[in-house]
Amino acid sequence: MGSGDCELHVLAVDDSSVDRAVIARILRNSKYRVTAVDSAERALEVLEMEPNVNMIITDYCMPEMNGYELLRRVKGSRDLREIPVVIMSSEYIPNRITRCMEEGAEDFLIKPVRQSDVSRLCGRLRN
Amino acid sequence: MDVSMLQRTYSDLLTSLFREGILNQQFTELQQLQDENNPGFVFEVVSLFFEDSGRLINELISNFNQQAVDYKKIDAYVHQLKGSSASIGAEKIRSVCQTFREYYDKNDIQGCYNCIQPLNQEFVTFKSKLEALFTLEQQIVAAGGSIPMMRH
Repeated sequence: MGSGDCELHVLAVDDSSVDRAVIARILRNSKYRVTAVDSAERALEVLEMEPNVNMIITDYCMPEMNGYELLRRVKGSRDLREIPVVIMSSEYIPNRITRCMEEGAEDFLIKPVRQSDVSRLCGRLRN
Repeated sequence: MDVSMLQRTYSDLLTSLFREGILNQQFTELQQLQDENNPGFVFEVVSLFFEDSGRLINELISNFNQQAVDYKKIDAYVHQLKGSSASIGAEKIRSVCQTFREYYDKNDIQGCYNCIQPLNQEFVTFKSKLEALFTLEQQIVAAGGSIPMMRH
């Protein structure tokens, strides 16, 4: 295994096709295996079928179920609660960040997300 | 056409896009994510943006032309457009979206309305410039050259 490689499976959730393409590319550059879906509902379906998800990275603002709700569902599930959940948002709203961190989010990234944000995350999660 | 001429035209165009504030640093981030294993990455993402935002802008314009304007819906569209333009470094588009949302937060309907035409204009400009950039890239590669790297 080379330095900086994370051979882990990440589930990326974002309703924006543009943002999904960007986050998937960034994650793949960091050597993650990526499944990218366009809704929290779809993410829950994947989590049910796919036992080996090592991290979830989700947009906050999505129509219907949002990222915070997804976080709550994951942390409230005995099977899923150990999976780190990272929230992404284009808006810097301190209350929102606090709520997510209190609900058990691993981290909160402000969009646009950059390679360096994910490299930092990868470093922490490997330890 | 001579490869070095194409490369110079490409560099000049890219430099001017940054200088005019049409592109910002995020676009450079995307270029850095592209490599020989993923040579079409920037083109793919920008193409997704063209599709997405073209649709959003059409929705905005048709919503504004209705009898009862649904401003909440319009704000949601602009929020989406602001997000995706920020993600690819389309600075001017992002900026007009920002201005729109500031007017919306102050319930300034006229201010909101005045943003729609500029938003469309910035999108049209952005699309034509980026299409020209991609065409030059294709021509350079076809002529056996490599895409010049920009230094900021």
